[in-house]
Amino acid sequence: MPEYEKELKPYIQIKPVKGWQLIDFKELSKYRDLFYFLVTRDIKVKYKQTVLGGLWAIIRPFFMMVVFTLFFGKLAKIPSDGIPYPIFSYTAMVAWMYFSTSIADSANSLIGEANLISKVYFPRVIVPLSPVLAGLLDFCIAFIVLIGMMVYYQLYPNIMIVFLPLLMLLMILTASGVGMFLAALNAKYRDIRYTVPFIIQLWMFASPVVYPASLVPGKYRFLYALNPMVGVIEGFRAVLLGTVAFPTQMIAISALVSVVLFVFGLFYFKQMERYFADVV
Amino acid sequence: MSETIVSVEKLSKRYRIGAREQGYRTFREAIIDGLMGPVRNFKRLRKLTNFNDTKQNQIAGSSLADPDVDNTPDDVIWALKDISFEVKRGEVVGIIGRNGAGKSTLLKILSRITEPTAGVVSLYGRISSLLEVGTGFHPELTGRENIFLNGAILGMRKVEIERKFDEIVAFADIEKFIDTPVKRYSSGMYVRLAFAVAANLEPEILIVDEVLAVGDVAFQKKCMGKMSDVAKEGRTVLLVSHNMAAIRNLCSRSILLDEGNMIIDDSTARVIDHYLSHKTLEKAVVSKAEIETRMEGVILKNDPHVRCAEIALIDQTGEPKLTFYSNEPIFIKIKLQCLKAVYNLGAILHLTDEKDNLLLLTQNIDDPDMMDGYNRLDEGIYEFICEIPPNLFGSKKFYLTLNLEFPKKEHLVIPKIIGFEVKFNGYNGIHHDYPFFFRPQFKWRMQKLN
Repeated sequence: MPEYEKELKPYIQIKPVKGWQLIDFKELSKYRDLFYFLVTRDIKVKYKQTVLGGLWAIIRPFFMMVVFTLFFGKLAKIPSDGIPYPIFSYTAMVAWMYFSTSIADSANSLIGEANLISKVYFPRVIVPLSPVLAGLLDFCIAFIVLIGMMVYYQLYPNIMIVFLPLLMLLMILTASGVGMFLAALNAKYRDIRYTVPFIIQLWMFASPVVYPASLVPGKYRFLYALNPMVGVIEGFRAVLLGTVAFPTQMIAISALVSVVLFVFGLFYFKQMERYFADVV
Repeated sequence: MSETIVSVEKLSKRYRIGAREQGYRTFREAIIDGLMGPVRNFKRLRKLTNFNDTKQNQIAGSSLADPDVDNTPDDVIWALKDISFEVKRGEVVGIIGRNGAGKSTLLKILSRITEPTAGVVSLYGRISSLLEVGTGFHPELTGRENIFLNGAILGMRKVEIERKFDEIVAFADIEKFIDTPVKRYSSGMYVRLAFAVAANLEPEILIVDEVLAVGDVAFQKKCMGKMSDVAKEGRTVLLVSHNMAAIRNLCSRSILLDEGNMIIDDSTARVIDHYLSHKTLEKAVVSKAEIETRMEGVILKNDPHVRCAEIALIDQTGEPKLTFYSNEPIFIKIKLQCLKAVYNLGAILHLTDEKDNLLLLTQNIDDPDMMDGYNRLDEGIYEFICEIPPNLFGSKKFYLTLNLEFPKKEHLVIPKIIGFEVKFNGYNGIHHDYPFFFRPQFKWRMQKLN
């Protein structure tokens, strides 16, 4: 029997599931090829038959930056931590675009793959996680433009850049947790599909995308930092542009909340998993 | 070589379906109902996965199928009720039944797509399920990309797919188009590609759900060929199909499902016979349409003389019933239409058991009072009523067959049209419930001889 077949083996018992469900990591690893194919499919399909293709990954955050610079930077004169408003908002947009697109795609993923879910068995958790990973490509493309802008404005990262991967991880964890939770809810209560754009709007204003965190009065700082994207975005600006000192406390709180959101989202998803094929 | 590879024990599955909607009588009702909408919707959606409103939460084996103990509310159905069977390695088993019998639900549970409500399934081998051809195919991706995607979805590893890539393309016969997006394929190409991927799985247990019903004749032949290869290789196969020829060809053993129950698990020949001959209705009043689809015999379609419009089983109060007590009379009402003048029309009733053994025969002309109208019946609608006296039958199920004979012209046979039950009530307060067909009350005499 070929090597790769030995790892898949017999004896499975199917019966009504009772109690808490834990993640079966062995099984997940068995399906990693499927995961890989679903992610690459999401990526390939995104810009098929478009003229601009991958450029859209740059155009969207770029144009948002232009609009924000005009209205928030020039008209409303919102401060920007001592650096030019365009790069201030673009840095935030790179992270924010990734986060908002991931949550939206993830929340609708289960319903979108309803056909697959009702015909094939595989660990369902792959479905909301695929868009979260697929979005990283767009993130990287937009990031490259950010580097270009940094050169243009002559703003250089400091030593704290080593924390960039950590910040990215927090961003991914939060998107995954929220995505899984919304996806599971959406399968049963379709209201979620209409609530998501609205949640994203609110969340954006609750994050330091168009304004700096320094604008938030001291006594609310702690509450503010409970939003993981606060730590992520301020952290991005701190390590890449040197706007503020590395906001360790904020990031610590955000990190904690990130992990909690991820665990909770995963947990809720696993409990609802058994009903998906019946309600989706 | 004959160890059990799939074992299903007392498997049951319940679903919530839409309950009948209530109409509104008044405008006020409609408004209040509209306002209460969100609350009602939330409750309804929550109930989709929660069955606590059914009094019977603990499923206790066979009480599921017992109507006296069934407390399920209107919007819950049992798609599978207490199914048990075993499949040995290398067997090819067919699963047949009418639409809605529960076949696809059974396959979904075996494929782990949905979980059972009760019961246990044990699998001793790797399962590959083909519930639909082309699952996961994305129209924007090319044939090549879809082969990898679909293969991965069906459970193959990347390495495996690469190894079999050429074989798959050859089987599907689409080498020229392998790098074109699948949305440009004709439906035939699409289906060939989808099946090619699935056909190259090497599962230990293969579950197939009516996927053979697609494609043109040449393709169907290819599919059947591949299926029989798979069977010959000694793999275990569970096949659901409406194609009796395919089932007969491939499966040595079959299981018949009906409304969630397993009716029979036997050799394919016997199961198919049972399936096809199962024409009996569970209704006390049978309409013209239902009779028309079931009539046999000598029927002159172009020159009809006599047609049966209704058959009904009635009790002495005139109520249609399917269950009678032994101490009440049974009336069989036959409404028929003579489209032309009919001579010597015979209405003959047969009562049989479920194995088609003839138990009793009675005909209209047995009764001397009927001889008057025997010679000629003018055109028109007639009603014949046959009265079966009480105290004749015991506790059994009987099947009614009606013959309408217009000698030398038409002879309509409506076989086993109604099944009815008799419950023996006892005599003189003494009641032994042995299942006899006949339990008449005869005259007994006793005298002392010394």
